[in-house]
Amino acid sequence: MNSEKITKNILFAATIILILLAAGMVLTLVSGSVPVFKRFGFQFIYSSKWNPTAGREQYGALPFIVGTIVTSVLAIIICLPLAFSTSLFIGEYYKGTLIAKIIGTMVDLLAGIPSIVYGLWGFYYLRPLIVTLGFNAQGFGIFTSSIILAIMIIPYASSMSTEIISLVPNHLKEAAYSLGATRMEVIFNVTVPAARSGIVASYILALGRALGETMAVTMLIGNSNLIPKGIFSLGNTMASIIANQFGEAEGLKLSALIAIGLLLFVITGLINAIGKLIIKKFA
Amino acid sequence: MSKVQKPDKGSLKGNDQRRAAKNKIFQALVILFAFIATTPILLILFELIRKGMKQVNFDFFTKVAPDSWEAMTAISQGKVIPGGILNGITGTFIMVIVASIIAIPIGILIGIYLYEHGEQRYAGILRDISDILQGAPSIVLGIIAYIWVVKYITHGYSALAGSASLAIMMLPLIIRSTEETFKMIPVSIIEAGLALGVPYHKIILRVLIPTGLSGLTTGILLALSRVIGETAPLMLTALGSPSVSFNLDKPVNAVPLLIWQFYNDPNMVNLIWSSSLFLVALVLALNLIAKQIAAKQK
Repeated sequence: MNSEKITKNILFAATIILILLAAGMVLTLVSGSVPVFKRFGFQFIYSSKWNPTAGREQYGALPFIVGTIVTSVLAIIICLPLAFSTSLFIGEYYKGTLIAKIIGTMVDLLAGIPSIVYGLWGFYYLRPLIVTLGFNAQGFGIFTSSIILAIMIIPYASSMSTEIISLVPNHLKEAAYSLGATRMEVIFNVTVPAARSGIVASYILALGRALGETMAVTMLIGNSNLIPKGIFSLGNTMASIIANQFGEAEGLKLSALIAIGLLLFVITGLINAIGKLIIKKFA
Repeated sequence: MSKVQKPDKGSLKGNDQRRAAKNKIFQALVILFAFIATTPILLILFELIRKGMKQVNFDFFTKVAPDSWEAMTAISQGKVIPGGILNGITGTFIMVIVASIIAIPIGILIGIYLYEHGEQRYAGILRDISDILQGAPSIVLGIIAYIWVVKYITHGYSALAGSASLAIMMLPLIIRSTEETFKMIPVSIIEAGLALGVPYHKIILRVLIPTGLSGLTTGILLALSRVIGETAPLMLTALGSPSVSFNLDKPVNAVPLLIWQFYNDPNMVNLIWSSSLFLVALVLALNLIAKQIAAKQK
């Protein structure tokens, strides 16, 4: 074998590792969740009973699935005006100026703060604020977690939409200006429609981030294994139940937690795939 | 619009004013919300520095974390809590090093493969898999590392398991940055090498990697800064340890794990801010260096 071939083979072998890794991950999660699906069937997904007491064990993932979706969607809603304004500020109103650069850097810094530090800040500063405002007696819950999540995903939602907004060709905007449109009318009738798919994709990818976030949510959501009744009630997410209970889990409970991990993996995978698809289709 | 009508002058003027006012209000809202979006980072950094600096001293970097009793005595005597986070620093260090040793070479090789095979179907599938891995929640990677390493290899919580979860996190980041970096290298340089009859492995080692070195370094540093602050997967794999340990098959601590332990122990709560300050400073410094290198290249 000549060196050319060896190089090619080494490169190819590395890609096989990636395939094996991904296939192995899926297989491991699936085989780990077999026991719980064997015992409860698909009831595991839509049952809301979570009872680890030995002998009367019952596991249903619904409270956590609902908790995850509610916190993440609420986070996106809270994040939307903040991230969208940031994108417009940097990519449109003050494009290329020093102040836009400063704001951009500060928003980027948000992405560098570890999840656990967000959790601490939320616990010591946001939670008391929620209590003072009277939303909730202890300040824990879906709403508190969603605010922290919203802050955490601002950089993910805004950085890509900023780029796309700033790429909207000037001649389109100038055409609208020449018809007498105000800046706001240009933004809503020209810039946003032209950048629509990119903006949507960036929020979908941000949603994918929010779904899998663990530590900050675990510290703030209150960890109650019931379906949340409203946005101010306590709850639990798929990631936080794993973080909380994996350590002491065995047997069927371990399998239930692995199954939740599998569901979370599938959901985030789907959301990310949709985001990527939108980018591919319209880019 | 289609109907030509002589507009009433007064109402047209009012309409214009309304539009102008709306425009102003919208701009004000954009500015307001953009500033609101930047306040959390300022508040967080401010709090970390204000509360964290108190505990930062020489011992903080050279001593292991105190136990709950030592911390309680110190607090009752009104002293600064003794000890530091040395066990966390060494644990983070060892796990990140091992994760890098696993992820960087494989990631660079896959990145080169993708660069080579651009639009081919198999390369597209690899890219999709890498994207899925990048989007996978870190806690799921923790479960994987738990089942693979904790259960079957080290038969107990271990530094190796922690490294495995971090390596899976790093891999897609390295793949992506490697491919992007090599795409920026002018094809003419590579073709010049090929025209001289240089074998491909030498092109990789002598042309691609040296030319793209700063890009690769940026990618690696950013990947490191992503995994250094990870807590969730380490809770399921490395567990934590009260002493400095360099054994790969034994539990170790990590700075984010220590923060979690301090947070859960009422006596140690004062230590969370200094540890968080250290962690955030480390992550932001890595980020900053990476961006500096990237900017220099441009």
